[in-house]
This record gives sequence, C-alpha cells and structure tokens, in this order.
Amino acid sequence: MSHASNYKPATGVEKWLDKRLPIIRMSADFMDFPTPKNLNYWWTFGGILAVMLVIQIITGVVLAMHYTPHTSMAFASVEHIMRDVNYGWLMRYVHANGASMFFIAVYIHMFRGIYYGSYKEPREVVWMLGVVIYLLMMATAFMGYVLPWGQMSYWGATVITNLFSAIPLIGEDIRTLLWGGFSVDNPTLNRFFSLHYLLPFAIFGVVALHIWAFHTSGNNNPSGVEIKDVKKDAVPFHPYYTVKDGFAIVVFLILFATFVFFNPNSLGHADNYIEANPLSTPASIVPEWYYLPFYAILRAVTFDIGPISSKLGGVIAMFGSILILFVLPWLDTSKVRSMRYRPVARMWFFLFVIACLALGYLGGKPAEGTYVMYAQIATAYYFAFFLIILPLLGILETPKPLPRSISESVLHKSSKPETSAAPGVTAPAE
Amino acid sequence: MKLMNIARTLIVALAAAFAGFAAAHAAAGKAEHPHKQHWHFSGIFGKYDPNALQRGYQVYEAVCSNCHGLELVAFRNLGQKGGPFYLDSCPAGVPESVDCSNPNDNPVVKALAAKYKYQVTDGPDDSGDMFQRAPVPSDRIPGPFANDQVARLANNNALPPDLSLITKARHGGPDYIYSLLIGYEEAPATVEIGAGQYYNPYFHGDMSQALKAEYRDAEGHPVDGVKIPLGGVLAMAPPLADGIIEYGDDSPQTVEQYAKDVTEFLMWAAEPKMETRKSLGVMTILYLLILAGVLYWSYRKVWSNVEH
Repeated sequence: MSHASNYKPATGVEKWLDKRLPIIRMSADFMDFPTPKNLNYWWTFGGILAVMLVIQIITGVVLAMHYTPHTSMAFASVEHIMRDVNYGWLMRYVHANGASMFFIAVYIHMFRGIYYGSYKEPREVVWMLGVVIYLLMMATAFMGYVLPWGQMSYWGATVITNLFSAIPLIGEDIRTLLWGGFSVDNPTLNRFFSLHYLLPFAIFGVVALHIWAFHTSGNNNPSGVEIKDVKKDAVPFHPYYTVKDGFAIVVFLILFATFVFFNPNSLGHADNYIEANPLSTPASIVPEWYYLPFYAILRAVTFDIGPISSKLGGVIAMFGSILILFVLPWLDTSKVRSMRYRPVARMWFFLFVIACLALGYLGGKPAEGTYVMYAQIATAYYFAFFLIILPLLGILETPKPLPRSISESVLHKSSKPETSAAPGVTAPAE
Repeated sequence: MKLMNIARTLIVALAAAFAGFAAAHAAAGKAEHPHKQHWHFSGIFGKYDPNALQRGYQVYEAVCSNCHGLELVAFRNLGQKGGPFYLDSCPAGVPESVDCSNPNDNPVVKALAAKYKYQVTDGPDDSGDMFQRAPVPSDRIPGPFANDQVARLANNNALPPDLSLITKARHGGPDYIYSLLIGYEEAPATVEIGAGQYYNPYFHGDMSQALKAEYRDAEGHPVDGVKIPLGGVLAMAPPLADGIIEYGDDSPQTVEQYAKDVTEFLMWAAEPKMETRKSLGVMTILYLLILAGVLYWSYRKVWSNVEH
C-alpha cells in the first residue's frame, strides 16, 4: 500500500501477530486508504462487481453439488435443482441472472474508465488487469451457459468453438482440443464444467492484483487530477466509501432481485428450455445479450481481405475489438484524463457508447439486409474511435483548464454548478 | 470546434437513421402475435388458481397425454403446496393418523396415480424380469410412448414434445400456448398443405414454401397482391373441441376454457415454485428497500461535514 500505515497494534495478541503475519495491519491500511473525496456513483461499480463475483462463486459452488456434467443427465439435473433441491430454484436463478448483472456492472465500469481516462499513466496496469478479468469473465460465462445442455447451450458452443478453426495452421487442432473429440459432445461438456469451476478463482486472483495495482497508483477521480494534499483532497475509504458503496450495492441488488424473483427468464432464451439435440438446429442461434456486440462485429466482416477469408477476418475483428483495449493507454495521446475537460472527446465518446449499443442490438438480429450494413458502420466506428479519433484528438483538441486540485474542483462546482459537470454524469447527491 | 460539430452531426444523423431503420423492420414478422391473457399467475402477487390447475390436469390427462409426456412431473408434485391437489387437512373418512398435506399420503393423489391411464415399468423382479405396475405418488407421470422412435411411428413421423417445460420453452410463453390451442383455422386458399398437416397462424413456422405454384413468379417469390400467410403448419390436429371434457364444476366446457385451464396447469408444471419465488421476492425487495434507506441516511450523515 502506498500510504503510511496508521495501524497501532493495541493488544498483546495483535502485537505478536503483527511481527509474524501483519494481516491485521494490511486490512486496517486497506480500510484507511486515502480515497479522493469527489468520487461519484459511477465509481461504486467496482464494489458492486466484487459483490457479484462472490455471489456467483457461492451460488455456483452450491449448484455444482447438485449438477451432473453428462450429456444425458445435465439437462435433467438442472431441472432436478429447480424442482427437488431446497431453494435450488433460487440458487439457479441467482446464478443465471447474476451473470447478466455482472456484465451490466462491468460494462458500466469499463465505460466509466474510458470516460474519465482511468487507464492513463500511472494506471495502465490497473486497466490491463481489468481487461484480463473481462476476458476471463467472457470465457467463464460462455462455458457456464453450455452446462444446462439446452438447445442454445449446444448450438452456441458449436458456433463459438468453430470460430477457432478459422485460425490458420493450428485452428483445427485448437478446435479438436476444445471439443475433446470431433464434435461438441460429452468430453466438451466435462472440460467446460471443469474450467467453469476453475476460472472464477483465477478471476478472483486477478481482481486481487487489480485492487493491489490501484492501491499503489491511487484511485482516479472525476476531475482526473491527482491527490495533492491528502487532508484536503481525500477521505479514508472507511467509513466514507464503505457506506456510499454499500448504499449503491443495495440499490443494485434491488435491480438484481426484480429479475431473480419476478422475471427470472427474461434475459435468457426460450430455446434453452429444450434439451440439446444435435440433429435439430434452432431457427436462429443467438448468444447471450452480453456477447451481442462482439457477435455483430464477427458477422460484420462479410468480405475477404486479400488472403484473409471473411470468416477469419470476422474472428480477427472480434478478438481485435477486445485486445485493442490492452493498448488503449498508449492510443489515447491526450495528457488530460477526465473527459469533463475534453468537450470534443466527450462527443466522440458518446458516439462510441451509441455504436456499442447499436452493435448489441444488431448482434441479436439476423445477419441479412441492412442489418449487416449498419453493423459494418458501427464496427468501423468502434475501431476508428481507438485507432484514429483518440490518437488525433490528443493533438488537435484544446482541453478546458483543469482545476488545480480535487478540493478546488469541488468548490468550483458548488459555486458555479453549470460548468464542468458532464451531462448526466454527476450524481445529484454529490 | 470543428471536430465537435462533426460529432454532433453524426449523432443526429444516427438517430434519424435508426428511426427509419426501426420503422422499416417493424413490418417483418412471421407468425401472428399471441393473445395477451390475464392469468391468475400474472404479476407480482399472482398465484395459481387450484381449481384451474385441477381442470387443467383433467384436460392434460384426457387429451394431451394421448401423445405428449410430462416426464419432469411426479404424481407427488400434484399434492405439493401450490400444486393442483394439495390438501391442508384430510377429507372426511381418512384415518386421523394420516397427514394429507404430505403429498405421498394425499388420498386424491394416491387415487390419481393408481388409476392413471399408463403403467410404469419397474423391476427387475426376483426372476429377473421387468414388469408393469400401477404408479404410486413417488413415480414420475408416465408418458404415452416408451421412446422417441415409437412416438414418431405413431405420429406420422412427428415427435410430440414433452410438455413439462413447454410454457418456458416457447417465445410468448403461456400466451403462445393458449393462442396456438385456440388458433387453428382453415388454411388460406393460396397455400397447399400436405396430408396430416394443420395450419395455425400462431405457430412459429414458415409458409413461404407452401404457396401454390400459380401464386409464385418465375423466381418462386409471391406474385403481386399475394402475401405469404402468417404462421405455419404442424402435425398436431386441433386437439380440443367444445364439450369433449366434462368438468366437475360449472366452468364453461369450451375450447377457450379448456385451453386456458391446461395452459395454467402446464405453467405450473414448468414453474412449480413460482408462488414461493414471488412471495420471497416481495419480502426480499422490501428488506432491501429498508436497508437502502438506512444506508442512504448513514451516507448523508457520514458525509455531512465533507464538501465533495
């Protein structure tokens, strides 16, 4: 931790332990961590995500006690959980809807990071670890969706694993390795179950690194200006942010609960209540909503580019759209972090959000007619935002003057409320 | 601020394009939209109506079960709390030592199982042979066919789907099942329908291939003024007709009422824990709202002397 420790072991036991394993000191320092006092509600999603990860792991471990990873029994074992296991329906609906909630939170968290430039020096590693977490989440959720062995599980798994065969030279072998054979079958289900149980703990580990990293660099904040004077600019994490995050987490859980208890199947696909049947392809194969933007990018590449087939091109574009996030800290050339002070970049950012939402919508539509064209436009903008707009804006744009400090940005705001606050970003309670 | 103007123009253009685009695609649609019904189980406080569930079971048993299984439902489920034949206390004539709220001892469920139209296969017995016996409450409700192959053989090569999850396994859910059951109609004159096929505008199918040759142009597209009918064809004949089932109560004995009751029963079969779920949900959300209020108050209190 980057700040001086205020912990004083009070009892004999604490003193004894502090010399051997300073775990209480570490926790005390964590709770004491000087945090910018101007964090708005967009900053509560980190805490929300930590809670979601724990909920997913706990419900997942219980579900695994009752689930059978075999093609002839998986579907029935899920229904056994729904019907015969005490509160099994609750565990399953929490886990299934929890995945969606996890992704809603992570997307907001990522957009927040982009808007406020949270990836910029010295937080590049925080950001890159975040991208690793996001990739692991995608893999975990995908394999989890296969486990109930419904029609969408099976056919989704078939479509996605087949993508790997587009990779030149080794693609076919990778696919065979993923399948554990020559089609999606029992070995596939077994290895997906094993990995689905493993990866969340890997996520947990990377989350620990992510937190360690930003406890070294310090939190970013809506002004993008670093803490200058800890007394004036920061407050200890506890109780200030434990109570604020706590409130936000409970509000998020209310949203979560309305899905679990009153609309538990609205985010899923009806076809997944039909047991997997390799002989019957569903009318349309649609992934879960949180993959739709990437599915749209995949299908937007309908043309060959030189020696690259349209299939390989789509796969490159899809993986590229995520991998590009790793180099975002170096693509954005602006020295100013927060888009509050970058009015031009802000407009392009909102366009980027619109492009992502449009891709999400288009990913759920059949790849035909004008849908493809719109997906191509949105995909082009997605990449242009990172590769052209952000690098150029840093050079061309004149940012607004920055506040001298966090405390000044706060004073400034309360005296002249019409300036500097980004529309729809500042929470009313601030 | 040239760059800003470009971005602004793009946003406006995008919004306009999207509006036009949404309108252009709104017309597409392959099947008739299901009738929205008000169900006993709709809404936050919705509960199944035990009388409707009992009638629905009767329809399933008399009609649907001739072709469709219900393999995820056991007889004991019928007597569980929230099920069609749950008993709070025993009817007259049952010995006092019996707990009728226990589904396995529920006399109604025991009788339904014992006289069910299909037997279950059990065994092997002491001589190593499998044998048929009448079901008991702990058995799953036996289906009409031993396996999919027999089912296809008996149904013109069509496989009647199991109904345990049918209300969750179709878009539109119970509204769709209800609409399909009451929605059979004469096929339009423009289409040719094979023997053993039945037209239904609510069915998720594709009628473009059924159009008669005289209504198509050289490329197979419909000629001007002819539309591809909504819906599709299925191998299930209209299963219900007015008066085919005698209800014990005075509910109307019509196709609509049969369809409504059996759909409610099938919704229960797919989601037997719905009532528990909703009542737990109401308590959970109340609890969370109170907790959110307390936390918000604490937040204001803790932050009251910090300008932020």
